[in-house]
Amino acid sequence: MPQLGAIGRSAAIQGRVIHALLMREILTRYGRHNIGFLWIFVEPMIFTTGVTTIWALTGAAHGSTLPIVAFALTGYSSVLLWRNMPARCIHAIEPNLSLMYHRNVRAVDIFLARLLLEAGGATISFMTLSLFYIYIGWLEPPNDLLEVIGGWLLLGWFGAALAIFLGALSEKSELVEKVWHPASYLTFPLSGAAFMVDALPTRVQPLALYIPMVNGVEIVREGYFGHLVKAHYDLPYMLICCLGISFAALVQLRDVARHITPE
Amino acid sequence: MIRFEHVNKVYPTRFGDRVVLDDISFTLERGEKLGVMGRNGAGKSTLIRLVSGAENPTSGLIEQNMSVSWPLAFGGAFQTALTGQDNVRFISRIYKQDFHKNLAFVEEFSELGTYLGEPVRSYSSGMRARLAFAISMIIEFDCYLIDEISAVGDVRFHEKCEIELFERRVDRAMLIVSHDLYYVKAHCQRFAVLHRGHMKFFDDFDAAHQVHLDAMHVEDYQFPDS
Repeated sequence: MPQLGAIGRSAAIQGRVIHALLMREILTRYGRHNIGFLWIFVEPMIFTTGVTTIWALTGAAHGSTLPIVAFALTGYSSVLLWRNMPARCIHAIEPNLSLMYHRNVRAVDIFLARLLLEAGGATISFMTLSLFYIYIGWLEPPNDLLEVIGGWLLLGWFGAALAIFLGALSEKSELVEKVWHPASYLTFPLSGAAFMVDALPTRVQPLALYIPMVNGVEIVREGYFGHLVKAHYDLPYMLICCLGISFAALVQLRDVARHITPE
Repeated sequence: MIRFEHVNKVYPTRFGDRVVLDDISFTLERGEKLGVMGRNGAGKSTLIRLVSGAENPTSGLIEQNMSVSWPLAFGGAFQTALTGQDNVRFISRIYKQDFHKNLAFVEEFSELGTYLGEPVRSYSSGMRARLAFAISMIIEFDCYLIDEISAVGDVRFHEKCEIELFERRVDRAMLIVSHDLYYVKAHCQRFAVLHRGHMKFFDDFDAAHQVHLDAMHVEDYQFPDS
């Protein structure tokens, strides 16, 4: 099996490179001051806690009988997951162009290192806050943990594919960054973070499911709350979306990687 | 061996495509030292980038079965917010090398002392050059790319570089680009002049030197047989 061996060696090199980039990224972003790398998940935790508090205090209308804390935690954590990855990958190549002199470092490694960091931060934040709220009794343990993980992974896949797509595209046009900023804010209220599909008028429900993130959040919530909620989602549609964006992302990445010009 | 076969490199500009390298073919054998001359903008650094693999040719084939360094003393890959030590650690990780051994070597060679624990941002250009060169020496390559190394550092630094590169690594291939023609003459056996995208090869320094001077001073100069 000489081919398997070659793939194994390549995978080992790529793993090493991504690890090195990840550590470099963590040090560059968080440094060694105060709590250092803990910021990776403390930052999203502060965000989520803030939003949860505001929603709880204002008694935001979310159209279900769920406790507001549980609703905000699942909703806002999901937003952080799919929204932060593209934000970190847009214009990620340019400041790292000179790394291309190291033959084993490729554009995809820079993206993957950043994706791991963002997804890891959002996930640890979600887990830590969940455990904390469960511990103090504001939240019941998830009804179906595997379904939560499944929904979370789908959202992560969606965010990662979108991130690489936009990240690669942003090397070609600065419009990407300009457009993504408002777009990510405007899609926030549409993303399912702040509503359950079941609470929408029946005529609007099928339209809401055209937004990929909505499907992911619904799955996470069904996993979390079981029969307390009536979740609506279209799993095949979500999968096709993720596959489609992944394909577009790889096409763009290949094209951009071919035209990279370091200083 | 590194082999260029009909390599072209074209950069798009606002005034249309600019051909920087036009149908370049050559071979660099193991242990061979090639010096490349050419005026500013002749494409020397582009050539280095193509050999290093940081960039792809527009067309043509680049084949190699030697490990090739990044351009020596190239400091651009430093993360300036990080310390010298962190940068050594990063390179050690990428190339799967022993960090502590490398750090000891860099400390000894660069003479940066406690500055290694400070952010690279705070270094002077000479200190950066010393760090960059020391880091370049911790990974063993079959072929070294040298782009204007004689332009940085003081005499003592140059002496140390001479020993590391041309005494300890006399068996390696090198591609040297420099405006310092005596440096090129002293270290290479083969020479090339880059002019208007074309590359002409010489075994004799004086012949190469003459063509280089003509290319620089004669208006609309073209290589005799091209």
